[in-house]
Amino acid sequence: MIEPLLVIVVHLVFAVAITPVLIGVMRTTRARLEGRSGGGIGQPWRDLRKLLAKEPTRAPGSTPVLVAAPILLMVSSLVLCALIPLVSTLALASVPGDLFVVVSVLLLGTVALALLGLESGTAFGGMGSSRHMVIAALVEPTVLLSVYALSVPAGSAVLAAIVQSRREDLSSLANPVSLLAIVALVVVVVAETGRLPVDNPATHLELTMVHEAMILESGGRDLGWLELGSWLRLTALLGLVVNLALPWAVARDAGVTGLLVGVAGTTVKLLAAGALLAAVEVFLAKLRLFRVPELLAGSFLLAFLSVSASYLVF
Amino acid sequence: MNLVDLGILAQLGLGLLAITLAVAVPAAHRNLAAGSAVVAVGGAAALSGTAALLGGSGTGLSVPIALPLIAGLEPLQLSPDPLGGLFMLLAGVVVALSALFGIGYAHGPAASRTGWAALAGFAVGLQLVPAAADVVTFLLAWEVMAVGSTVLLLADHATRRPVRQAALWYAAMTHLSFLLLLAGFGVLVATAGGTSWTTIAAGPTGPVAGLAFVLLVSGFATKAGLVPLHVWLPRAHPEAPSHVSAAMSAAMVKMGVYGLLLVTLRLLPAGPRWWALVLVALGAGSALYGILQASVQADLKRLLAYSTTENLGLITTAIGVGLLLRGSGQGGAGGVALLAALLLVVSHAAFKTVLFLGAGSVLHATGERDLDSLGGLASRMPWTATAFGIGAMGAAALPVTSGFVAEWVLLQALVHTRATTDRLLAVVMPITMGIVALTIGLGLLTFVKAFGIGFLARPRTAAAAAARESGAAMRVALVIAAALTVGLGLLPGPVAGALAGAVTATGIQTSATAGLALAAIGVVLDPLVLTLLTLAVAIPVLAVTVVLARRQPRREVALAWGCGVERSSPRMEYNATSYSEPLVRVFRGWLRTSRSVEIVRPDQAPQLIEELAFTQETVDVVEERGYRAATRALRRFGDLARRLHNGSIHRYLGFSFAALILVLVLVNR
Repeated sequence: MIEPLLVIVVHLVFAVAITPVLIGVMRTTRARLEGRSGGGIGQPWRDLRKLLAKEPTRAPGSTPVLVAAPILLMVSSLVLCALIPLVSTLALASVPGDLFVVVSVLLLGTVALALLGLESGTAFGGMGSSRHMVIAALVEPTVLLSVYALSVPAGSAVLAAIVQSRREDLSSLANPVSLLAIVALVVVVVAETGRLPVDNPATHLELTMVHEAMILESGGRDLGWLELGSWLRLTALLGLVVNLALPWAVARDAGVTGLLVGVAGTTVKLLAAGALLAAVEVFLAKLRLFRVPELLAGSFLLAFLSVSASYLVF
Repeated sequence: MNLVDLGILAQLGLGLLAITLAVAVPAAHRNLAAGSAVVAVGGAAALSGTAALLGGSGTGLSVPIALPLIAGLEPLQLSPDPLGGLFMLLAGVVVALSALFGIGYAHGPAASRTGWAALAGFAVGLQLVPAAADVVTFLLAWEVMAVGSTVLLLADHATRRPVRQAALWYAAMTHLSFLLLLAGFGVLVATAGGTSWTTIAAGPTGPVAGLAFVLLVSGFATKAGLVPLHVWLPRAHPEAPSHVSAAMSAAMVKMGVYGLLLVTLRLLPAGPRWWALVLVALGAGSALYGILQASVQADLKRLLAYSTTENLGLITTAIGVGLLLRGSGQGGAGGVALLAALLLVVSHAAFKTVLFLGAGSVLHATGERDLDSLGGLASRMPWTATAFGIGAMGAAALPVTSGFVAEWVLLQALVHTRATTDRLLAVVMPITMGIVALTIGLGLLTFVKAFGIGFLARPRTAAAAAARESGAAMRVALVIAAALTVGLGLLPGPVAGALAGAVTATGIQTSATAGLALAAIGVVLDPLVLTLLTLAVAIPVLAVTVVLARRQPRREVALAWGCGVERSSPRMEYNATSYSEPLVRVFRGWLRTSRSVEIVRPDQAPQLIEELAFTQETVDVVEERGYRAATRALRRFGDLARRLHNGSIHRYLGFSFAALILVLVLVNR
């Protein structure tokens, strides 16, 4: 009972510590490739400190959702980090973090953001919220099917068990089922966390915004939580994908050496994956909103093929 | 005589009392008197249902002569088995909550003598359907339920035209359902030679059973509102008084599900594989079509009605998957899928009651059920908003509501299918999973829209700005229903344990913290622990927020950033129609809308615009292509038939003569 709790604490501390660094690395990579010098790796951390120390505002007629939504997003992202096997695959026996629970916790954050977008009653907030929910709805089948495909050889839908079984049977890493599912999952991560080509996190043009439009009215502490919460989602989902694709160095238990190796391994994998993602983004333009469903339908097809293949191969 | 029988007798007695009170008590106290009696009717059903669910099969009440002068009928029997007990319990609780809400809500025709008497009759009929143990009793209760609901639906017919249309559609579809059931049961009774369930269950096999299955499933699917027989639902639910809509949507359509389970588990068990596939296809199609239609509706109650089709579709899918798995020798996973169906039934009853009662509360306060005219209600109606929010979370299957647990169980059954040697399962299961996942995603969008547009943002009309919170009876009903939605989600273990017996699912256990452990497929879910984990994680975040809020309190400003609100008018807000616009584009083939833009120009200056009006209506594709075409064909046939009777008396005498000759020829052969 104590050991899984220790793992959860390690996951939370690790996620909160690594997230600003990850965002910093991604922004710096992008800036350097575009020929800018950028704000440096520590800039997201400084932004966060500044925002959290500033006062938030409230307009007349606002509802409690204004206060609750940023905190709900933050909490849902933290629970996500606690349940996903970032450093160790030792899971809490009564909440092992199976696929559907993890996805539902993720959706809780999605809903908090969408409600916040509607709360202010502005046109941009509603627009962002509407687009965000359409994308979330269309991503859902791909998420469930791609992890379903990976769960068939493992015989379990618990994420930790899947990572562990892939680690023990390394031959399963390079087969077509696994590759198709991982590619589909990458598209999911890109769509869920609002990266290019689905959404441009650095945009200043309101009409093309999705994520930014929803948080346009927030400021100060609220904005700080919203930013950190959204970044943590990226850490959690990217961490899940790298640990599924390259399950080396993930600890099996709560031993000190194992955890240290796990932390070091996941840090390297996460930062490398983040830098790669940022480097790819330099060469991509944002898709038109109504082309996004085609991308998601493509990823759904990959996931579906992967499930069918998993039944025929294994 | 035990608790089951006592409860059934009490329902009949209290039903009569309720009708007497509805007729005798003057208008000033009628709501309270008749409403309380109907609450008691529901309570009696809940009592007897619980007893039956937990295995107390009574001696049963029976009337020895079913119909006078007709031979071959077995006595009328009222004795529910555990499955019937579950549906009786569910109907009782929903009826009691709806009637409690009705005490505060009913006004105008719904509060008349006819209104309350019809509600009492409807409640008794509804609750006795699952208690019936033979065909005749079943059909009698079914008709009482149908007639009672039709009268209730007609409440506002004098003032609103759509009510009359809705009642016509409802009456026609209900009787279609009744005829199909009559034909289906007729086939069964003729082959088995008796009318009681036990006689029938030992009866037909082969193609005859297949024919009965198709007829009965069509009949029950009509009542359950499955596509393509759903057309009455989006008309009837919005037009009925809200407490009646809640009872119809949360309890009455479930009798269709009870019928499906009765046929597939009790009367014709171990059917061929295609039966299960039919149910999966019917259910998955309804789920996806229902939620797509729901997502584009702007009328709150119409949205909820289409969402009922979606949920009933999911339930039917779960039944189909369960039968398919049981038929493939995977009894464990099959039992889990059937348990998922029952959990979906219970959870839908809980959250749909909250949602319809919440919609009623909004309608009561603003006179509007069009989301495009609402907004900002969360700060004016906090009780209704909180309850509706919980119900919406249940409908969107978010943790830790009952809807989340139910869909979790269904998805676990799908994932734990062993399909490596079975090509059919290897194709059916992933497709089902994809459709269920898309349904969940679109459900999320639908209910974010329903709650966000209706309760958040700023009021879009003066009526919404002047809304007041509803009265005590309505609030109590809302709070109880919302508490049930959360409670069933937090403590699913004991509930699932009780339900497992009704569909003979094995390996369903309760974990130490009242969570759910499915030993058959080796998974656990502990919503209580998940909640505790979430709270533990929330503590540091809240602590930091509180410390920071002391240093920098929230500042009240006229406009947050003035971004787009500068010249604020409610018309500039995003509304329900605009919210679903991207979805309409993505699903062009399935969602058709008809739009019209009217521009009024001043006479002197035709290049200026004086008034601009945009209206959009969604088109139900199934209705447009199926029903309209069918009515056109029927009308053409009628036109043809009209040529036969042109009013000439000679021709009619000729017809009579020809008929006489025909009869003589036939008799003399």
